[in-house]
Amino acid sequence: MNNRVVSEKPQAVYFYGTCLIDLFYPQAGISAIELLRREGVSVIYPQSQTCCGQPAWNSGYRDEALAVARAQLALFPQPIPLVIPSASCAGMMKMHYPALFRDQSDEATALNVAGRVYELTAFLVDVLDIRLIDLGDPISVVVHTSCSARRELGVGDKLHTLLRQLHNVAILEPENSAECCGFGGTFAVKQPEISAAMALEKAAAVRATDAQRLVSQDCGCLMNIGGVMEKQDQVMPGRHIAELLWERTKN
Amino acid sequence: MSTEFRSNVAHALKRDAVQTHLKTVVDRLRAHRQGALGNDAAFERLRNRCEAIRADAIRRLPDLLQQFESKAQRNGIQVHWAETTLQANQIVLDIMQRHRATFLVKGKSMVSEEMGVNTFLQSHGIGCLETDLGEFIVQLAGEKPAHIIVPAIHKNRREVAHLIHRHFPGLPYSEDIETLAQSVRHFMRDKFRSAPVGLTGVNFMVAETGTLCLVENEGNGRMCSTLPPVHIAVTGIEKVIARLEDLPPLLNLLTRSATGQPVTAYVNMINSPRRPGDKDGPDEVHLILLDNGRSRIAGDPELLETLHCIRCGACINHCPVYRQIGGHAYGTVIPGPIGAILEPQKQGLDAAAGELPQASTLCGACAEVCPVRIPIPAIINRLRWESVRKNRQSQNSRPVVPGAGSGRKSLEALIWKIWAWCCTHPRMYNRMTKLATRLRNRLPADMGAWTAVRKAPKPAQSTLHERLRKMDIDHE
Repeated sequence: MNNRVVSEKPQAVYFYGTCLIDLFYPQAGISAIELLRREGVSVIYPQSQTCCGQPAWNSGYRDEALAVARAQLALFPQPIPLVIPSASCAGMMKMHYPALFRDQSDEATALNVAGRVYELTAFLVDVLDIRLIDLGDPISVVVHTSCSARRELGVGDKLHTLLRQLHNVAILEPENSAECCGFGGTFAVKQPEISAAMALEKAAAVRATDAQRLVSQDCGCLMNIGGVMEKQDQVMPGRHIAELLWERTKN
Repeated sequence: MSTEFRSNVAHALKRDAVQTHLKTVVDRLRAHRQGALGNDAAFERLRNRCEAIRADAIRRLPDLLQQFESKAQRNGIQVHWAETTLQANQIVLDIMQRHRATFLVKGKSMVSEEMGVNTFLQSHGIGCLETDLGEFIVQLAGEKPAHIIVPAIHKNRREVAHLIHRHFPGLPYSEDIETLAQSVRHFMRDKFRSAPVGLTGVNFMVAETGTLCLVENEGNGRMCSTLPPVHIAVTGIEKVIARLEDLPPLLNLLTRSATGQPVTAYVNMINSPRRPGDKDGPDEVHLILLDNGRSRIAGDPELLETLHCIRCGACINHCPVYRQIGGHAYGTVIPGPIGAILEPQKQGLDAAAGELPQASTLCGACAEVCPVRIPIPAIINRLRWESVRKNRQSQNSRPVVPGAGSGRKSLEALIWKIWAWCCTHPRMYNRMTKLATRLRNRLPADMGAWTAVRKAPKPAQSTLHERLRKMDIDHE
């Protein structure tokens, strides 16, 4: 799916870091910003951003989700793209804000923001048509495509498009690659037994590839799969795609 | 917190052999569907058409049902309406008693499972024999179906062999599928011939012709609906479609999505009882139309899509949760994603099934494969909201979903309130996240369920907010 709404390369974009990256994976956020800036796009990072509201929305707490989402809307007044290094959070804003804000006084603003949302890899490929030169040593990476990227936004293939530009990177797929890793946000807390069973199976499939790195466009999946592998003392560092791309292409 | 569902899950996850077998069969069903899709564009056109057919049928449900009833009656089918499963069972019992029948043969029917007709009739001294092989296996084992298309999906060949051997000690023990099927077939033949009544389900009812359509692979459905002098068909009211020409695309989509077959071995079109000159067929055909909450569901513009379902089981086969826990853990007649949205709406969010909307990661696999594109994740989201919503409705008005608000726990609600307050107050949010980074080495290693199989995630040394404040970028 090509969900491009801007016709040419924008001069500036808003960057929405997501709460997970803010607290646990800031290097993924920095790397994404560096990639954008190297392409000549200036990046605006509103410091008042917090969370897109997805955890509450998925848990049925719509009043709370609406309040939090509303606080984000005001941060993106200019008519420029909003780039998000997470398909899950991008999916929340793009696909669910319209429902969350239905019949609210600021519905038009929400639709406007939703229409400008891009998941990072889709933005790099579809809008910036980025060209990457691999400066790193040969490495094998196993890809976990998040469910939000694959099914909700239909941008799961963008990560592969980017990785294929890196000539020293061998791309591996785990068995049953389309299967969810079992994170599911609050699902992991509400149904921990099922979540654990799914995560263990996914981690085993990832490990079976013998790759040197695990890469994904969503940090929630990385935290889940990586957490299992760490507990089992297996070392396969997880990397957000932005981090891997920046690490291997910066001068 | 332990619930009925959680303990079912714990039990299911412990049974390694069952799990391994289940995953093998589920993966095979997925591959079969994938192999049957054919040309992508053509398949999507077929989905579009069927989605429109089902949406139109449910939108005009009352009218189509009336049209169907009058056509079916004109053809000689006796139509009965049942608001509840008890009423439906009573109607079956009345028919049985009128014919002094003490025994019936059954074709596969999920609505009959919903009614619990076997148990009901047994309590009145009437025996029911399941004649679908999978259902028969489940009946011999004293269990319930674990899947709507493959009832004995949880049983491997050896278990089936032992089961048959235990119940038919005269037969030599065999694990050969052909041999087992032959033995059961032989046993069934006599039963079909002698049964006074046959009971089956229905896949679709055609309003313009009054036709009942029933698809199956074993021929037992045809036996049940033609050999005994009385045929009773049971179905939910949502199975109606407007036109005969709607049927071929629906059947095409149904069988491809379910088992990957282009067509089932048997397609039964039942228009009437036996007419003069007919070589076979029952003297009486009864149709019982069960509501059991369906008309209430049809009244909500979002939830009514639940009723578009054509019971192919594709969402079940593709659900990562079902693949782990199997059908019995759901504790409902219909398992998997469709069960997780349908059963709570029928039984109420305050029933055990009220927890089922939580049994999803919202991965979207169900919606991706649903032939009629039911937005299952969106309905799950809606039901999660219904479950914890503040109940502002007056006592006089019936809630759209029974048990709405029953899942609201005050502690959980408070946590979400505090979370929302932090996330709407950026300075507080930043103070909290900064604090977490400073305490990163002192956070507890045991985080309950999360750390049972995972290491606790460690906050970074400083947040993205902090790092970017030092970088040369715009902040507004």
